[in-house]
Amino acid sequence: MNREQMFNAAMIGALVIVPLWAHLVDEPFYITLATRAAILALAGVGLNIVLGMGGLISLGHAAFFGIGGYAMGILASHAQSYEPILMSPFLIEGTKFMPVIWLVAIVAAGLAALVIGALSLRTSGAYFIMITLAFGQMFFYFAISWPSYGGEDGLSIYVRNGFPGLNTLVPIQFYGLCLVILILALGFSAMLARSAFGLALNAARQSAERVETVGIQPFRLRLMAFVISGMITGLSGALFADLNRFVSPTMFSWQTSGEIMIFVILGGVARLFGPVVGAVLFILLEHVLGGLSEFWHVYLGLLLLIIVLFARGGIIGLIAGREAAHD
Amino acid sequence: MSLLSLTSVTAFYGASQALFDVSLHLAEGEVLALMGRNGMGKSTTVKVICRLLPVRSGKVVFDGCDLARVSAHKAAQMGIGPVFEGRRCFPNLTVAENLIAAARPGHWDRSRIAGLFPRLEERRDQWAASLSGGEQQMLAIGRALMTNPKLLILDEATEGLAPIVRQEIWAAVATLKRETGLAILVIDKSLKELSAVADSAAIIERGSTVWSGPLGGLTSDITDQYLGV
Repeated sequence: MNREQMFNAAMIGALVIVPLWAHLVDEPFYITLATRAAILALAGVGLNIVLGMGGLISLGHAAFFGIGGYAMGILASHAQSYEPILMSPFLIEGTKFMPVIWLVAIVAAGLAALVIGALSLRTSGAYFIMITLAFGQMFFYFAISWPSYGGEDGLSIYVRNGFPGLNTLVPIQFYGLCLVILILALGFSAMLARSAFGLALNAARQSAERVETVGIQPFRLRLMAFVISGMITGLSGALFADLNRFVSPTMFSWQTSGEIMIFVILGGVARLFGPVVGAVLFILLEHVLGGLSEFWHVYLGLLLLIIVLFARGGIIGLIAGREAAHD
Repeated sequence: MSLLSLTSVTAFYGASQALFDVSLHLAEGEVLALMGRNGMGKSTTVKVICRLLPVRSGKVVFDGCDLARVSAHKAAQMGIGPVFEGRRCFPNLTVAENLIAAARPGHWDRSRIAGLFPRLEERRDQWAASLSGGEQQMLAIGRALMTNPKLLILDEATEGLAPIVRQEIWAAVATLKRETGLAILVIDKSLKELSAVADSAAIIERGSTVWSGPLGGLTSDITDQYLGV
């Protein structure tokens, strides 16, 4: 076990023990903080697939996060009001059943990622960043001008959606569900990184031309990665909306895309647990510094600057050393 | 039957013409030495074959298929396995990962590559960037073989390497020829080493093929005229 693996194991331990402690001492607020961190980490795990493995700087991942959120919001609001989403040509009703909501969120975000990726991945560098940003903003303005689902004010959901065998209104149970999903996503991400697909994606980041000469089309590879990444981020959006029981156009905003990227950079780009460390740190800073000053983002910016300048492997790189040459 | 055939090929880098009239023919199982002085168009010819540089006029046919509209990755899928000048591995992947990333189904797998280059197996968990020049070249050849090509292209595979490593690589090329019958297009400056493995040769001078034929037909007059410094 190397230092990074030990650190990752400790991180998992902390994610299990701290919320359990909060549950035992009846401090649900800390469980909610941990839930928020786990869900945002999941969004970061999604982004890390394209950013870390593929070297693609997407500033439009809020689009998938928001699509996941709105998938939950739309399905749950219709279930709440008993009004079908669609009457003809066939009946589509709302639902409060989490697995169905997740599936819809994943598929919708995946389809959006397929379209956005198919167009944006034909470019690279600054153009790719701008196109993904533009798509994110398109969704943002669309959500603002969509009065049926709250427009600018967003959409409130009064009851948390259900999962078989769990009372999702109990913070520790909902947290447990989110943590299991995060761990599964981390496992999937680790498997992906070691697979021929992940290695080729990493190789394409280093030299697309060399990858072509071994018979792999970099565009198709990146598009697949973009879709997988969008799906994971979409799922996190659905969970985030469920946590807050509220969705709003803010989920689509470029600030959200930036925050997801900050988690990854703070924790360590291409590091498996980079997004987890980044999201936990972000939530801690928001909680601690946010209580001291409303300008806490200034300190976050300063920290980000220090990390980018002096710890290119992020917090994990700093702690575990630069063993992963995948940086 | 001809596996690769180039007929009167011309190619340009932007507005500047690099190939004027290149013609080559390589049969299945044949080892063809492509020779010429520096800057005469050998590596450009390889780029044209690999579809990294478009053909302006003339024809490139591989395994019965005109490559004019084929993309670089399709050409590789069809069986063209290049090893470019300068040991271009994926530096941030380990040796094993470099091989896995390129793997396509067929005769060549990691265990066979380990048989050909035992040193790679010893270094399997080492980053490619940390290998010696010779080991990186072995890895580049191994990676090309992992695509299970019908044609292996070695562009200056031994350039800048220590004599002992050069010997190792030439021995591997000889093994490939003897045991697998793989067609090989090899570019190198060492006529002595080429003579040991090549069946035929072609000489490129200022972007045009000026001589081609069986290696035995390469007289000292020709080598002095086209390959002498």
